[in-house]
Formats: sequence, structure tokens, C-alpha cells
Amino acid sequence: MGIRGGDWIRRQRLGGVPAWGALLAACFAASWLGAQTPPPRETAPTAGEGQPPGAEEIQVPPPPFTEGIFPCTQCHDGKTVPLNTRPRNLVDMHDDVVLRHGTDRWCLDCHSADQRDHLHLVDGRLIGFSESYLLCGQCHGDKLRDWKVGVHGKRTGSWNGQKRYLLCVHCHNPHSPRFAPLKPLPPPVPPKEIVPTKGGTP
Amino acid sequence: MSARRPFSAGGAVSPAAEGSPSRRRFLAVAGTAAVAAALAGCKGTSTEEFLQRNFRELSKEEVREVIARLEREYSAKFHRKVRVGNEPPIPGVLFGYALDLSRCVGCRRCVYACVKENNPSRQPQIQWIRVLQMDKDKGVDLQHATPYYDPEKVPEEGHFYMPVQCHQCKNPPCVKVCPVKATWKEPDGITVIDYNWCIGCRYCMAACPYGARRFNWDEPHIPPQDLNPETHYFGNRPRYRGVVEKCTFCIQRTRKGLYPACVEICPTGSRKFGNLLDPQSEIRYVLETKRVFLFKEELNTEPRFYYFYGV
Repeated sequence: MGIRGGDWIRRQRLGGVPAWGALLAACFAASWLGAQTPPPRETAPTAGEGQPPGAEEIQVPPPPFTEGIFPCTQCHDGKTVPLNTRPRNLVDMHDDVVLRHGTDRWCLDCHSADQRDHLHLVDGRLIGFSESYLLCGQCHGDKLRDWKVGVHGKRTGSWNGQKRYLLCVHCHNPHSPRFAPLKPLPPPVPPKEIVPTKGGTP
Repeated sequence: MSARRPFSAGGAVSPAAEGSPSRRRFLAVAGTAAVAAALAGCKGTSTEEFLQRNFRELSKEEVREVIARLEREYSAKFHRKVRVGNEPPIPGVLFGYALDLSRCVGCRRCVYACVKENNPSRQPQIQWIRVLQMDKDKGVDLQHATPYYDPEKVPEEGHFYMPVQCHQCKNPPCVKVCPVKATWKEPDGITVIDYNWCIGCRYCMAACPYGARRFNWDEPHIPPQDLNPETHYFGNRPRYRGVVEKCTFCIQRTRKGLYPACVEICPTGSRKFGNLLDPQSEIRYVLETKRVFLFKEELNTEPRFYYFYGV
């Protein structure tokens, strides 16, 4: 089993591995393959391959879709919306998507034209939305490498056990990937504003 | 011997002395009175607490008693069940922490996640993490750093952010100066404080080059509903007035295998934590492949808190 997108991926750098991890992997692979019909075509070869078997499993939550937008084939079923592969500015639908990512890009560079519920890599191979890190990694290979070992991006859970990853798209909007600025939480009370509670002098 | 008196706080008095005033008897009475007067002076201090010794000198049985007493006291004070843990260090584990300066945006989510987890006083305010805003032009320079920044949005143009907390030094100056050995380094690398043994002299605060230690100048106040009832003796159990406290890498979480609260909350994933002795850990990957620096390295404190540039 290579890196499977979806809910579990294989940790790239392997350590001592508990047997339950392998068991869990086997169970999950079985249920995963059973649930996906048809499964996407061959996934990209990954760095996980060629590693000793029985990898530590890492949980990844499902991708953050806008409510009601997935599956795309609700509308893009080949009949309701006719296929138009000409690059253009969209007006009636998806006009809220602002593409601020690289130069000279457009939807079908990443989204598949004929398998709408999938993305495609530059070589044409299809991947699911839960494997979008493979797509991002085509250009951002150094980030993908660090992400796989848990250094780029956020890991939660257990430092010596099961961990939970986030996909690239949980933090970076793929259409406008710069990390959005945040409102900071309040600063500490400066010394001159500390009020004595019992009779002292400030 | 049948008329022997029951054992009293002043010690057994020999039958021969009975009825006649003696030097020994006088001292026994005076001693009891002195202890009683001392206890009356410490409002809210029980006799057991007053007589408790340094945690490292306690037998297993005494540790059990101390923990049971603390749980009783805290539960009564906060009107809810409080657990005081005593999880020992995990063998073969040495904790290390790395913080990515290229990614931290200074949002202070870590500061407040730490407060929520570790039960520091809310009034007066105590926070274990201090996020410093620095000038990109100046680099890491404390002359041009402030923790009081408060713009609409962070990160601000031309600035970077450097959170500072206890560095869990391999060579901790704070431990060296403690006159009563109330603070020491545990085998997993965490420097801990026995809040019941600390005398509040604050030598450790003067010695720490990172300003990581905090003092309870007043009775710590925590609203009972904000208390985290899962505590550890050396970690987030409620503190007393007049004692020093600091970051413990969330000892109550990490000794159970969980990440510290600040790692879990960081929205940019800048905070990395793990076992330095595990060659497969993410902390080791950072140390082996990234540009890493130690804060105030020249002081030879050998922190196990590393800053790195992830990009």
C-alpha cells in the first residue's frame, strides 16, 4: 500500500511500529477500497513506497468544501452544464472564486474536465480531493517533504502515538493560498496598568 | 506503667515527671504553643501542609497522602472534582521543543491556550508565554522588542514574532541558585518546581536569562468554572501566594503522550514537540535539516527549546 489519500496517510520516516498500526492499516485499506467505486486510477508514486512495511498511520480530516458544492457532478454531469474548456472569466457561477495563485492559471489546470469529482496532476493522472497534497507538491515539493514528516503544517494528537494532520487546503485556500492575517488576542497587562488589590502603591 | 499518659503533640512525658513541673515538661508545652502560634499565623495552612517536606524526600506512602490532601483541598476550594496526578518521567524520553520563527504570526493563541490548560492566576494576570514582536531590520534584538503590540491584524509589515517561554535548559541557572532545592531538573528534561517547598525568594527569577519564571505576588484568583481539573503535582495544580511558577511543557499532558496545549492550538503549525532521543521524531528532523539557533546561546544554558527557520 502506497500513500493513500483520504483519511489516512503513511508516515514517511519510519520508526518502531506497533502491530495495531499495521492491523488498523489493513482494516482501513479494505474498507476504503470497498467504499470507493470506482476507485480513482493509479495514484502517484510516493516516497512512502520502498519503505519497510507497517507504517505509522496518520489521520487526515476530509477536505473543507464549501457547503453543498461537492460532488461537482451534481451540475457538471456532462448534460446540465455543457463542457467548455476555453480559459475565460466565469460570470454566472463560481465568480466568488478569486484566483490569486501563480500567474496565468485557470480552473482546468487542476480540476479535471471530464472526471469532475477529481483533480488531475500535470501528467494527467487523476486524484481525489482528499489527496490534493499530491497536486500541491508538484510545485511545492519542499513543503510536501516537510509536511510528510510533520514539520510543515500542524500536527495534533500524541507525540509518541497517533497523530492528526491537516491537508494543505485546511490552512491555505488553494485559489488564494497566502495565509490570511489574524486578529491577535489581547496583549499582557503592562506594568503601569497593574492595580494593587490591597493597599500597595502602583 | 499502667498510668502511662496517651501520646501528645509535645511528646510522651515520663511518668516520673507527672505532677511535678520540670524543664522537659515546660519545653514540651512551650513547643506545642509555638507550633500552634505559627500555624495560626499561616491562615488557611493545615498542619500537614505546614509539616510537609521536600517532595523528593517523601516516601511513596507520604506522596499518596500529600496528593490525597491536595485533591481534597482543591476540590473544596473550587467546588468541583480536581485530580492531582503524579505521572513519573517516561524512560528513554528527553523532551525537546522547536519553534518556527519564519511561520509564527504573533496571534497569541498559544498564550491563552496555555492559560486555559495550566491554571495560572487570572487576577493578577500571570501568563507563561510572552510573544515578542521584533523588527525584521534589527533581527533578534531585545532592545527592539515589545510584547504589548496590539494591531487589528497580525503579522504586521516589517516585523517578526518570537514567543518566549521556559527553555528547559540542560544547564539551568534557576536550579543552581535555589537556596532550598525547591526546583530541579527531571530525567525527561523538564525543570519542575515543588510549589509547597518554594519559599518565594525569587532568586531563580533573577537567574533566568529568558524571563520565563512568574511570581504570585497576590493570592492567585481563578474562576472555578475556568479551572482545568486534570492537573499534575509539578504542573498545573493551583498555586499559592508567594511561590514561583513557569512553563513545564504541559507536564500533565506530555507525560501521558499528548502534545503541549500551545502546540495543539498554533494555527500556523509553528510549534514542534517531541522526543530528542527518538531519531524518527519531528523534533530530530528539525534539528538535522533546518537552520536552528539557540536564544542567548553564549550563556551556556543549553536550552532544549530551539528556534528554527522552516522555509
